[in-house]
Amino acid sequence: MSTKPDYLDELEAEAIHILREVAGQFEKPALLFSGGKDSITLVRLAEKAFRPGKFPFPLVHIDTGHNFEETIKYRDEMVARIGEKLIVGYVQDDIDAGRVVEQKGKNASRNQLQTVTLLNTIAKHQFDACIGGARRDEEKARAKERVFSVRDEFGQWNPKSQRPELWDLYNGKIHKGENVRVFPISNWTELDVWNYIRRENIPLPSIYFAHERDVITRNGQLMAASPFLNMDDEDIVQRKNVRFRTVGDMSCTAAVESYAFEIDDIINEISASNISERGARMDDKVSEAAMEDRKKGGYF
Amino acid sequence: MNMLKFLTAGSVDDGKSTLIGRLLYDTDSILDDQLEALQRSNRKNDDGTIDLAILTDGLKAEREQGITIDVAYKYFQTDKRKFIIADTPGHIQYTRNMVTGASNAGLAIILIDARKGVIEQTIRHSFLVSLLEIPHVIVCVNKMDMVDYDQQVFDKIVADYREMAAKLNLHDVNFIPVSALKGDNVGFKSDRMFWYEGKSLLDYLETVETHVDEDANYTRMPVQWVVRPQTDELHDYRGYAGKVLSGTFKLNDSVTVLPSGFTTTLDRIELFDKRPEEASAGMSVTLHLKDEIDISRGDILVKSNQPPIVSQLIEADLCWMDTKPLDPTHTYLIQHNSKVTRCKISEVLYKMQINTLEKLYDEEFKLNDIGRIVVKTAEPLAFDVYQQNKANGRAIIIDSRSNLTVGALMFRAAAE
Repeated sequence: MSTKPDYLDELEAEAIHILREVAGQFEKPALLFSGGKDSITLVRLAEKAFRPGKFPFPLVHIDTGHNFEETIKYRDEMVARIGEKLIVGYVQDDIDAGRVVEQKGKNASRNQLQTVTLLNTIAKHQFDACIGGARRDEEKARAKERVFSVRDEFGQWNPKSQRPELWDLYNGKIHKGENVRVFPISNWTELDVWNYIRRENIPLPSIYFAHERDVITRNGQLMAASPFLNMDDEDIVQRKNVRFRTVGDMSCTAAVESYAFEIDDIINEISASNISERGARMDDKVSEAAMEDRKKGGYF
Repeated sequence: MNMLKFLTAGSVDDGKSTLIGRLLYDTDSILDDQLEALQRSNRKNDDGTIDLAILTDGLKAEREQGITIDVAYKYFQTDKRKFIIADTPGHIQYTRNMVTGASNAGLAIILIDARKGVIEQTIRHSFLVSLLEIPHVIVCVNKMDMVDYDQQVFDKIVADYREMAAKLNLHDVNFIPVSALKGDNVGFKSDRMFWYEGKSLLDYLETVETHVDEDANYTRMPVQWVVRPQTDELHDYRGYAGKVLSGTFKLNDSVTVLPSGFTTTLDRIELFDKRPEEASAGMSVTLHLKDEIDISRGDILVKSNQPPIVSQLIEADLCWMDTKPLDPTHTYLIQHNSKVTRCKISEVLYKMQINTLEKLYDEEFKLNDIGRIVVKTAEPLAFDVYQQNKANGRAIIIDSRSNLTVGALMFRAAAE
C-alpha cells in the first residue's frame, strides 16, 4: 500500500472528481473565473482533471469594470498561457442598456449589479452548470450549500429545499432553464487554498502580496483609493503597505496592512490572524443574512 | 496530516449546535469578527453568555426558530488533525438531511440529553449510523451540569444505550459525559467529573484511527471521463479518467471492464505531470490500457481477479427522501457511480419501524421511511455489497419527473 494521502491530496482528488462529474453530466458547463485565488485554484484543478485534453468548458469572467488592473492583466496572461477560451460578461453593458442602475452614495458598489450580468451571461450562452470557487468556510450561509447547488430559472437558491447529496454521487439532472452552481472546493478552507497554491507553485495576481498603495480608511476598513470609490473631503488618502485577502470589486474589497511579500509570509499571517477572510468584505456586513439574501437572488 | 469527517446527531435541544460551537471555541477556531457578529446577534443563554449555537445556524429560518434545518459544514484544525463537521438536523422531518451529512462521515457523535436519556430519536440516529456503516461512534451524554454531574445518571444511560445498541451493527462505541454549555470534557478534561477516566471529546477525535484497509480486495475505478486530446501529436492518446473507489491498481495489473467483460492490462497511470506506479483508493487519476477497447463514462474498471457482482436485480436498503411516496409503477433513474440507468422498485420486502427496530410489512414508502427493497435496473450494475465495500455498494434514486434525489440505496445482495 502507498502511504495514506495527505489532506491536500484528498481535497485535490475530491475536487478533480467533481470537475469530471460536471464534464460528464452537463451539456454546456462554464467555469466562473474572477481572477481570485480560489478560481485560480480551480483552473489548476481543471488542468489536473482534463490535461492533456482541452477543458470541456470555457472560463467566464463577470467584469464589473471596477477591477484591480493587476487582476485583468493576470487573467489575460493566464488565458493565453493555458490556451483556453474566455468569455467576459460586462456589467457596464447592462448599465448602458438600462437593465441595472448604478448605486449612488458614498458606499456605492457594483457588487450587487454583478448578479444581473451573471444571469444574463448564463442565459445568453445557455450554460447549464457554472463551476465556482466558493468555499463553505467563508460564510455561514455558504456552509449550508451543496456541492451541486440547483438554481431555478430566476437563478434563485432555495436553501430549504436542497436536494439530499449523498456520498460522492452528485445529481446534476435539471429542467431546461435551471442551472447548477458547482463548488468543487467546498470543503477547502482559506488556509488549504494557500497551502495548495504554495505546494503547486501557482502564480498569483500581485495584489495578494504586500505592496505600497494609496488607501483611505472607511468604516474601519482600508479601501484602495481609486476613481471607482466615491471619495469626498473626509477621506484622507494615505500611503500604506497593504495586501488583499480576496479579490473582488475595488469598491467593496478591503486591504489589510501587511508585510507579507512571499507566500510563506502570507500563510504565517493568515494562521495568526484573528479576522476571517470575509471580515474584509463590506458586502457581507450589510445585515446578518446579507450573503443568504444575495444568494437567494442569484448571486454566486 | 490527515482529515476526519464526522457528524453530530441528536434531537432538537440536545445541544448539538452548542457542542460544535464549544469545540470551535475550545480549539480557538472562532475568529474575532465572528465572535463580534455573535455578540451583535443578541441571542444569549440564560446566564448571559454568548449562545454558541448561532455559529452553525446559517439560515434566517434557523435563527428564527432556533433549530437546524439543513446540514451545516464547519471546519477546524488542530496540530494533530484537520476536521470537517457535518452538523445535521435532529428533527424527524429532516432525516434525509442527516443521511446527507452522514454519508461521508468517518465518525458519528450521538448526543443524549442527560435528563432525558435514550429516547426514540437516539434509536433513530443510531440506526442510521449503523445502516450507513459509520466506523466509529461517540455517545456524548450532554447537559451533565443539569444533573449535578451525577455519575449514576451517566452510567444508567450507558447501560440503556448498550442494550439498545446490541440490536444494531454499531462499531467501536465510546461514551463521554459532557456539558457543552459549560465546556466540560469537550476541548478539555473536566475536573467536575473526577469519576470519569476516559478522554475528552477532542482527544478522541484527534486520536481515533481513520485508516481502514477493508477495501483492499475490491479494486475499482468507475470511468468518469475519457480524455482524448485529438491533436496531431496526441492522436492516439486515450485515457480513462476517474477516482479510484477502493483497492489499489498497479502497473501491469490485469484489468476487466464492466459490464462488457473485456480484459486487458494496465499500461500507465497518470496524475497530471506524474506517472505513479500505483493508484489507490481516493486518488483521481487517468488510466491507460494496453488494448483499444470501447470504454465510456459509466463503465467500471476492476482488477480481474476481484470481480464485483453484476446484476440487474438487486436487494438493497432504501432510505426514501421525497415528500411524494415511492410509486412502484413508476420508472425512476438510478445513479451508481458514473452510471445512470432506469429502474423500478419491483418489490418492498419490509420497512423498519425505526423507533422500535421492528419490521413492518406496510407497502407504502413515505418520506424518511427506511427498509429493504428489490430494485430492477434497465442495464446491469457492477456493484459490491455495501457492508464489504461501501464505495461501490451505494446508489441514489432520481425521479425523472422532478429530477430530485428521492432515495438512497445500500446494496445488500443480488436478488433472485
